[in-house]
Amino acid sequence: MNVIETDCLSKQFGNFTAVDRISFTVARGEIFGFLGANGAGKTTAMRMLCGLSVPSSGRAVVAGCDIYREQERIKRHIGYMSQKFSLYNDLTVRENIRLFGGIYGLRGRQLADKAEELLRLLGLESERHTLVRSLPLGWKQKLAFSVAVIHEPEIVFLDEPTGGVDPATRRRFWELIYEAAARGITVFVTTHYMDEAEYCNRVSIMVDGRIEALDKPSALKSAFGAADMNEVFLAVTRGKGSE
Amino acid sequence: MNDVIIRRITKAYGEVTALRDISLTVSPGELFGLIGPDGAGKTTLFRILTTLILPDSGQATVCGLDTATDLKQIRRRVGYMPGRFSLYQDLSVEENLRFFATVFDTTVEDNYDLIRDIYVHIEPFRHRRAGKLSGGMKQKLALCCALVHRPDVLFLDEPTTGVDPVSRIEFWEMLGRLRRQGITILVSTPYMDEAARCDRIALMYAGQCLTVDTPQAICRSFGKPLYKVCSDRMYALLGDLRAYDGTLSCYAFGDSHHLTLREDRSGDTEALATYLGGKGHTGLRLTPIEAGIEDCFMAQGKEER
Repeated sequence: MNVIETDCLSKQFGNFTAVDRISFTVARGEIFGFLGANGAGKTTAMRMLCGLSVPSSGRAVVAGCDIYREQERIKRHIGYMSQKFSLYNDLTVRENIRLFGGIYGLRGRQLADKAEELLRLLGLESERHTLVRSLPLGWKQKLAFSVAVIHEPEIVFLDEPTGGVDPATRRRFWELIYEAAARGITVFVTTHYMDEAEYCNRVSIMVDGRIEALDKPSALKSAFGAADMNEVFLAVTRGKGSE
Repeated sequence: MNDVIIRRITKAYGEVTALRDISLTVSPGELFGLIGPDGAGKTTLFRILTTLILPDSGQATVCGLDTATDLKQIRRRVGYMPGRFSLYQDLSVEENLRFFATVFDTTVEDNYDLIRDIYVHIEPFRHRRAGKLSGGMKQKLALCCALVHRPDVLFLDEPTTGVDPVSRIEFWEMLGRLRRQGITILVSTPYMDEAARCDRIALMYAGQCLTVDTPQAICRSFGKPLYKVCSDRMYALLGDLRAYDGTLSCYAFGDSHHLTLREDRSGDTEALATYLGGKGHTGLRLTPIEAGIEDCFMAQGKEER
């Protein structure tokens, strides 16, 4: 069963085509890597799938919702986390959990219980009144991810979630991703770390607004005669750069 | 004679110690990398070397000049590209470049040979406002502006963070060309795979230098047999390898896992293969490999708790 289906999805800004007729599907529980060079159109595509931007043409259904008519419904069925913005630094750990839980539609007893459960699972019970600003970056990322899936969404969108952390912490973050996928949450993730592309079930590579390659990492490697995903990425994007 | 000498520098912001007793030297013409995650102290070190802040203790010289007292002379001789885009967003590409040249009493024309290779990529957009450029173009413009007065030493703070793999390779090729022109370069990055591009590197974590050496020497000093392990079920394999009583460390590395064994068990790969076979793994491959910088960094045991 597919939780994302797009058909010739496009977005134009004036006479510039940011996303050019992309068609793909993502199955429930899949970890889907959404790769591409800077400026290839990943962010624009992701904003449409999250119901934040109206497409110029094409069709897409996300978590059973039409992305033209049911943008608000989409937002209740997805989670979103980016490295650049995820939590409020000047709120405490508990305040952040309650704020985002509320935004994602949890209320009253349910929200209070969920907040306590999360604090316990993350080992942050003694830090509940600590300002998020003073948490180590790795903890912030774990908290941001847990908050993004607090309402058990069908899909979580992760926009470069692992930038800047040490190599061991980066790997532990991927264990959270695997656990979420095992619970049936579909993971849609962008990254510039090509080793992380290997951890995805399938990977797409965007160049100049189009999806130029889409398959399992192992299939892409054999199709391009490449030793690793870095070589695949270079083969697909070199000479087709958007700048 | 070294271009950059850092002697026992410590710097704290309130209760947070950003740099802890750091000592380093960078030779003329060297491409030196500061490798480490956020919070390692890389930016603080750059700000001290570019005379923007003072250390709490310790001393640093750049081109033989003291960073605490000779700031005006140092500022004429170094180029600095901060981690955050710091050009004038509402000036055009060309105006930014001319502005920086003028501030340093020179002209773009006089130094065009130095920046030409990089500038040609953004020249078609020279009338565009800097704030309207894409990430890759901003990065190239910032590098041109840091170079336009022909500095002796170039400081680049995380120039490739958030940049895609192709643009990262291009950027390092540019740095290689600048190095061949004799410019000393101190560059920081959180990407461990970029370390191999440097003459020497310092692995940094939480305000401390863990190791300083050539990337090759650091990799050779790993000191333990390292294996690359694959099977048909990679995620299950990671858990099974970690649970194995002979395992010292095991980390996911893209399409394989990197494994070290306890000293009394190293070399006994047959026992390991039998164990994994018993766990139902098929398609098992176990290959000895050379350690990389990321292996060496993690072997230091530095990670957030």
